[in-house]
Amino acid sequence: MSKKVNDAVEIRWHGRGGQGAKTACLLLAEAAFCSGKYVQGFPEYGPERMGAPITAYNRISDEQCNVHSNIYTPNYVVVVDDTLLKSVDVAKGIKPGGILIINSRKEPEDLRPLLNGYEGKICVIDAEKISLETLGKNFPNTPMLAAVVKASQVLEQERFIADMRNSFEHKFRGKEELVEGNMKALIKAMDEVNVG
Amino acid sequence: MAKKDRMSGNEAVATALRQINPDVMGAFPITPSTEIPEYFSQFMADGEVDTEFVAVESEHSAMSVCIGASAAGARAVTATSSCGLAYMWELLYVAASSRLPICMAVVNRALTGPININNDHSDSMGARDSGWIQIYAETNQEVYDNMIQAIPIAEATRLPIMVCQDGFITSHGVSNIELLEDEEVREFVGEYNPENYLLKEENPLAVGPYGISPYYMEVKRAQAQAMKDSMPIIIQTARKFEDLTGRKYRFFEEYMMDDAEVAVVVIGSSAGTGKDAVDRLRAEGKKVGLIKLRVFRPFPRVPLAMAMCKVKAVAIMDKAEGFSNSGGPLFNEARNSLYDLPGRPYAINYIYGLGGRDITVENYYEIFNDLFIIVDTYDPGDVYRYVGVRDSRYDEGGFDHRTYDDVYR
Repeated sequence: MSKKVNDAVEIRWHGRGGQGAKTACLLLAEAAFCSGKYVQGFPEYGPERMGAPITAYNRISDEQCNVHSNIYTPNYVVVVDDTLLKSVDVAKGIKPGGILIINSRKEPEDLRPLLNGYEGKICVIDAEKISLETLGKNFPNTPMLAAVVKASQVLEQERFIADMRNSFEHKFRGKEELVEGNMKALIKAMDEVNVG
Repeated sequence: MAKKDRMSGNEAVATALRQINPDVMGAFPITPSTEIPEYFSQFMADGEVDTEFVAVESEHSAMSVCIGASAAGARAVTATSSCGLAYMWELLYVAASSRLPICMAVVNRALTGPININNDHSDSMGARDSGWIQIYAETNQEVYDNMIQAIPIAEATRLPIMVCQDGFITSHGVSNIELLEDEEVREFVGEYNPENYLLKEENPLAVGPYGISPYYMEVKRAQAQAMKDSMPIIIQTARKFEDLTGRKYRFFEEYMMDDAEVAVVVIGSSAGTGKDAVDRLRAEGKKVGLIKLRVFRPFPRVPLAMAMCKVKAVAIMDKAEGFSNSGGPLFNEARNSLYDLPGRPYAINYIYGLGGRDITVENYYEIFNDLFIIVDTYDPGDVYRYVGVRDSRYDEGGFDHRTYDDVYR
């Protein structure tokens, strides 16, 4: 007697309190739900302050995810703030074939020395620049969300873009400029992210 | 018609409460249950419920409001966690002995000392002897379903009920859920028409009077009987709910138990992690199983013991340390329940997950491995153990009471 083992796609988010990593994690869960997936989106809670390192997690699967522990061997890691590389071992446990996605102006090979010997794939996106160009403010979470969807291919992209428009219209009801700004940020990030 | 949705466990509880539309909610915010009254306040502001919400200055008062409202004949609910539940302590006994079917969402969190906001079961386990029914959930779906079933269970037994879920792990974790239509929930819980209540004109009564010695013990005996009589009511309610939703609930869930050789017994969200470990070990041909206890009060002594007797060794898991020097609360009751049965398994205890300490699939591998060693060696070793603790002063096994034999002989 046995059941099929569920190997969900596991994603770990690193950010700083106030940057929207938790929101992005929950938006990804929402988008994956809309695509018909089973999802989990959960932040790790503690005595957080603005600017302190925080972690959030996603599991995405075609079957129900039973595991309720944190994620130690993710397929993908998203780093919303590259200053975290100095204090947090963001590459820890990434599965072989996994991708580390970092919001940074720097080149992947300039960041690698900070990654405790990580040898896997690195994907860099300048989410601050995209956010400033499209929203006029530094809200890196929407570009980072787009980057992880593009890099992981965990969701069908056209569907994802349509679902996110729905989400933004719901979230920013009556604030058309925020809907359009976020949609521009999303699409620009999907175009610009370089999955090496 | 079921509606597929995604939400956190707190939103799921608040949604169930919206659909139930209780008469009175008395609540005071405390992490991680705060979102429940927050969501509910939004439903009130949007005119989706006509509940009387009483914003109080403490949990002591929140429970007092529920007691007053319930005694007056209203359907009363509240939500709390951790120190908030502890602050209700005195009133928990008043609610239960007055036979008031108050429904309380408990979002389990460690009790302070040291200060901690994360999940374990020390809050509700501490309240286990207060005379409340206690039902626990693994997922946001289960806590939603339990909240809906709690209303008819409480009202049929005239006992208050705690509907528990794991703080942050399910309360703040977003995942898939199937919701019932509002009308389906309202029909399931029905109208509350208590037989007797404080404000009943034709038969006024006193609630909570002094129970002098000639009466006090009879009140306690009646409470104990009500707890016993709640067993069939809990099952009948679950069957009715199953007819409506197709989702099956009993006192506990048996996962891969039919041909299992060893098993764990566990409460709450950690059961899901355990199920994943079972799936992975089963794929390697290891005959392991899991029992997830849903109803802790009333304790399903006989059926649980019979389920545990299917295996040769069980690990009974406690997310609360009782400082009894002989294991956690679930261990003591579950192991006790085996005493009368022939062919009972070895039964050991693991304390785990205190103050938000994560329990992983790998932790379960260790536990199942320990169980197979016990079966192979016919030696349970010390039965009171910890898993996932970092302290080099203690051996892996924890407290070996056998070594004390020589000292005290």
